[in-house]
Formats: sequence, C-alpha cells, structure tokens
Amino acid sequence: MANMNMIQSLNNALDIMLERDGDVVVYGEDVGYFGGVFRTTDGLQAKHGAQRVFDTPLSEGGILATAFGMGINGLRPVVEIQFADYIFPAYDQIVNELAKIRHRSGGEYWSPVTVRTPAGGGIRGGHHHSQSPESQFTHTPGLKVVYCSTPYNAKGLLISAVECNDPVIFFEPKRCYRGPFYGDPHNVPTWKGHPEAEVPESHYTVPLGEARLAMEGDECTVIAWGAMVHVSEQAIRNSGISCDLIDLQTLVPWDRDAVVNSIEKTGRCVIVHEAPKTSGFGAEMAASVQERCFYHLESPIQRVTGWDAPFPHTTEWDYMPGPTRIAAAIRRTQEG
Amino acid sequence: MARKKKESSGLNIPDAPFRPGEEAVFETWSWKPSDLNRPDPTKCNAEDTAPHAQGLVRVLGDDDKASGAWDPKLSADELREGLEHMVRLRIFDDRMMKMQRTGKLSFYMRSFGEECVAIAQTMALETQDWIFPTYRQPGAQFVRGRDMVSMICHCIGNVEDNIKGRQMPVHYSYREGRFISISSPVGTQFSQAVGVAMASQYKKLDEVTITWIGDGASAEGDYHYALNFASVFKAPVILNVVNNQWAISTHANFATSGDEFATRGLPYGLASIRVDGNDFLALYSVTKWARERAAAGAGATHIEVLTYRAGAHSSSDDPSRYRPSDEHTKWPGGDPIERLRDHLIEIGEWSAKRHSGLEDRIDDEVMSAYKEAVKHGDLATGPYPEADTIFTEVYEEMPWHLKEQFDEVMEG
Repeated sequence: MANMNMIQSLNNALDIMLERDGDVVVYGEDVGYFGGVFRTTDGLQAKHGAQRVFDTPLSEGGILATAFGMGINGLRPVVEIQFADYIFPAYDQIVNELAKIRHRSGGEYWSPVTVRTPAGGGIRGGHHHSQSPESQFTHTPGLKVVYCSTPYNAKGLLISAVECNDPVIFFEPKRCYRGPFYGDPHNVPTWKGHPEAEVPESHYTVPLGEARLAMEGDECTVIAWGAMVHVSEQAIRNSGISCDLIDLQTLVPWDRDAVVNSIEKTGRCVIVHEAPKTSGFGAEMAASVQERCFYHLESPIQRVTGWDAPFPHTTEWDYMPGPTRIAAAIRRTQEG
Repeated sequence: MARKKKESSGLNIPDAPFRPGEEAVFETWSWKPSDLNRPDPTKCNAEDTAPHAQGLVRVLGDDDKASGAWDPKLSADELREGLEHMVRLRIFDDRMMKMQRTGKLSFYMRSFGEECVAIAQTMALETQDWIFPTYRQPGAQFVRGRDMVSMICHCIGNVEDNIKGRQMPVHYSYREGRFISISSPVGTQFSQAVGVAMASQYKKLDEVTITWIGDGASAEGDYHYALNFASVFKAPVILNVVNNQWAISTHANFATSGDEFATRGLPYGLASIRVDGNDFLALYSVTKWARERAAAGAGATHIEVLTYRAGAHSSSDDPSRYRPSDEHTKWPGGDPIERLRDHLIEIGEWSAKRHSGLEDRIDDEVMSAYKEAVKHGDLATGPYPEADTIFTEVYEEMPWHLKEQFDEVMEG
C-alpha cells in the first residue's frame, strides 16, 4: 500500500500494464520524453523505452486512426488525448470506426484501444480545457465509457480498461488529479490521508460496469461521477440528509443493480454532472430510473448539472454544480 | 456606408473538363515506357522519385509491347493469372449489377475500368501483407483466394453473410486473406493502415500494409494524417491515391487545384510515384518496388494510380447527368483488361479464342456461384440473419442493457 495521488496511481497502472503485456503501447501528444502535460506518463519512456511510450504529431485524428490499426494488428494501444476538449478531430475514428469494427466485420476484427483523456472543469481552463463530453460517447454503441474519481478506482479501472477487448473512453477528472475537490476553490486539499488514496502497488482491477457506494444513507440517492462525486459528498454533509452516494465509475454499461437497489430503498434521486443539462448522461439516468423505479419514487428526480452554455473562464464556479446547488436539490427531494 | 466593390469574378468554382453533350477530348499521353529509371527502392531518397511523381510510370506501350526499366518481366502464367482475375471481377460485377437492377441486391458498386488496381497490386505483395481496401478494391479477394459464393452471400446479406447482414453490399471483410473490413466513410482506412503497419514494425515482422484512397477522399484530413504519420514513423505502408477522375459527380478538379496527386507525397518526405493504373505491368512493378522499400525499412511510398472510373459510382448513381456518356472510351489509358489481353496476344501467349473461352468459363462460374449463394437465402424472401445479430459482437460480451433490448425483440 502506498499513498498516491491520481496522477501517480494512473502512472502506476500504465507502468504495470507495460510490464505485464508486451503488446501495450502508450502514446500521444507530449506523452513520451516529457511524460505528459499533467505528468501522468512521467518516467515511463525512460523505464520502458521509446518503442513502448512515445510522442506523436499534434493530430488527434491520426492518433486514433493509428491506434485503431495497431489494435487490429494485435497491439493494445493506450492513447492520450491531452484534453477531452480536443478529442473531436478523432470523433469520426472513434464513433464510426473504433466503436463499430467488431460488429461490422462479423467479429473478424476488433481493436482494444483505451483512450485516456483529462476532462472536466475547475482549473480555470475556459471553453476548451474544461468540458466533460461523456454523453457524446455514451450515445455510441460499441464503446465502454469510464469516469474515474479517486486514486484507487483510477488505477483499478484503467487496468480493467487496458485489459478489456472493447474500446474504452476513459475520462479522468483533472480537478482531482492532485486532490479530492469538495467544491471550494479556496480550499483544495491533497490526497494525503484520504482512504481512497491508499493504493496497492501491485496489479488489481476495479471491474468495468460496477458502481461504488461512496456514502451510505436511506433518505435519498445521489448519483454522480468524476469530480462531482466529491462535491456531492460535501453537499450531502451540508444538507444533513442521510444519502446513498453512488459513484457510477462506468457510464456504459452502468450498474443497474446498484442504482435500482438504492432508489428502491430511498425513494428519492438526485443526479449530478458537470456537463450541460440537455442530453447529458443525467437525462439517460433520470429516464432509466423512472422506467425501473417509478412506483418507489416519492418525489421528482432532480438533476444538478452544468448550464446549457459554453464553459466559462472566470465564472466557472457559477457554472459548475457546487455543494449549495446540490444540497438544495437533495432538500427538494424531501418535500414530496 | 456601402463598401466599394472591386473588379472580380467572385468565387473560383472549378468545373469538370467535359459535360454531357460535349465531346470528351483528352490529351494523348506523351509518356513512354522508357522515360523513367527505376531507382534502388532500398536506398533512394524521396527526392530521387521527383521525376516519377511528375511523370508517369508505364511499361506497356501503344504497340502492346512491354519495355523500359520498370518491366517486371513476369512469366506468361503470371500474366494470364492477372488477366483471369480481372476478367473474373468484371463479369462478376456485371452479373451482380444485373442482380441489383432486378431487385436481387439492395445496392452494388462495380470496379469497372479499375479492375487492374487491386488485382495487380495484391499480386505484387506477399501473402502475409495486410490489405486495407475501399469499396473499389474487392478484386484483391480473388487474388487471396476467397470463395465467390461467400462474397455473393455477403452482397445479398443472407444467413451465410460472414458479416451477418450488418453492412451494405460490397463492404467485405475477409480475415483469412488479411483483407480488412471495409467501411463507408471515405478516407478513414488510409490513416488506420499506417497503424496496422506500425504494429508490424513494432513486432519486427516482415509484413507490409497496402491501402487506397480516392482522389475525392484525398481532401479528407485522414489522407494528410496518413502521409504525416507514415513519414514520421517510417511505417512499412503503401499509400495509393486512386485518381479515377470522379468522386460520384465531383471531378478531381475539386480535390486539388493542381492536376496531379503523386507529388503531394514529396514534401512529406515520401517516395512518390505516378503510375498508369490501367497498365497491369507498370502497376505490378511499382507496387513490388514499394513493397521492397517498405520491407527494407526505407519507409512508405505514396503512389498515384492514374485511371478512370468507367462505370457509375454505385447502383444509385447516374453519370450521364454530369459527364459525357462515352467519356470512358476516350480515356488515354484505355481499358486495363484489353491492354493486358492484347499484350499477351502480342507475345504469342494468348488468343481471341482463348479469351472468349475464358469469359464463357467465368460466366458459368459466376452463375453457378450465384445459384449456390441463393440456396442460403435471397433478398426477397430470406432467410436472413437472425435478429440476435443486431446485438451480438457490439461488445465482446453482451452487457445487460443490450440483453434487455435483445429480450424485448425476442418477445416480439
């Protein structure tokens, strides 16, 4: 066991997979010699060599296209898109190609690519270093979509993603790389001393498709992913209401049993995400919850999300869901 | 305040050289088989190929004789094999197009006029090499030994379609022949092929990847990603731009303001060659050269295959609406099958009688393959793949949400 921040645990996961599987290659912009702009691949090229860990041209479309081809020809590429905001030049390669190759070829070909990408706001990144585009991938059959939230699940989920024979879009909440984020930009702790930062140094997995119960309660169910898990934790404390906090971890396929069992217990539901409200993954969750749990619901499902506007620079704290908004939503569920 | 207008004709909108009702008059080609040397593929630099990118590699002259430094000196048996595959593809295509016209296929795409491209080039490769085609290179499968019955089953989309009725006709996948699944978005395969080649390079295997893109799709970003990645990583890949003049109704004049594609590889540092795409010997030879270069670790080759799309883009297209109906008969490169046939006759290894005998034999072959294929289902009445094929192979294992939807279908 070691205390690791999320950068260190992700780095450790990649190190382990490079060690265990000679077919794993890690590449992307600034990923090789320098070790990534967030330092996630720091030291990996020096340790495993430039054949395994390397830099590429600034070409997200080219990165995904070559990863697709390498995957077809037996490798297991783990590529980094430096910011999720920059994934769109590769969108065609992901949506039309990577996601469909197994199906379209009748199972003759598949390409087990993992796409790691830092996402989400809270670092004063403005329009194009802050977005959280998970729902633009959850709508595509053939992809698995993961959103980690702690050093422990980041490592276990990333190892599962790399070992998975399906393509995985792996979102990393960049605001939580060096500490959990409780919604107060003036008081950002590090991961030191946090129980979820106690990370085994050896290989382990957190299975794809399983949620994590981050807090346990019986009056309301709060569903969140990424940085919003920690903000929701703060909101639940502030609200004084006893809540299940479900950290979804995998969005596709999401953990039906964890969600349904919790809502059947609490009868109330709040869904929290950073991305804009309209067609966000919260809409899918809300629809599914009412389909499956309608007669257990005691009050309307609440969504607390980013606004349907471009992500701002200096006003990002008014844009992102904070503990106050989330706590208010939790209280609203108790009114019914 | 109104802004002052300057003298201008407005936007520069290119046009095709000839439109319906006009007479197509192409310039006669002045390039001769003896014009260009054959540099050492393992040693030469990209700039040594500048004359080849600006010129045109040809082997078959107007006299039907082979000559020049690029003559691959193939045996008569090899030439006859190439001719047979090309004739097979043309007859197969004609028959399948008739099937489409009579409602027996939902859609079809012929390779008419471009039969040489995939066939000569695949014959120039080794069997371990990867083929990453577009819908205009199905002929590679004949070279790799695919059974025609299974190709027709795919085009019908019946129970024996190896891709289970999931894609439109002509979107073949043939793993056994290392022929990678075709997808409709034009251009994506070009950059993917570089990744396939990089994996071979990483594993230090003697494998080369070949891929094609059309003149039209060369305007997509994937074309440029491919050239750049191939160059930076020195990938063992053969990058072909099939300049067949037309992208549906869009003339190549809209893909480039110049009149050639081959030279675009030079500033990327890639060996670049333009080749007469209807000259079987030249195309075979240039591909062999590119394979040798790739296998030696000297990098990728960018090839412009100069040809003409003699047929419609697809069964949904009507080229008489945008070009003279007889334009393909005026193409200075002629017809690839006739040229190889005439060469074989010229060297005393073939005859008109043997040729019509070959055509009759292949006609029978195609008809009996079709009859065999429809035993597994026809378009009108099936049987088709079961509805479970909608849900299988979306993922390696079916997740719960797909299982639920699958059960919904099964319950009707």
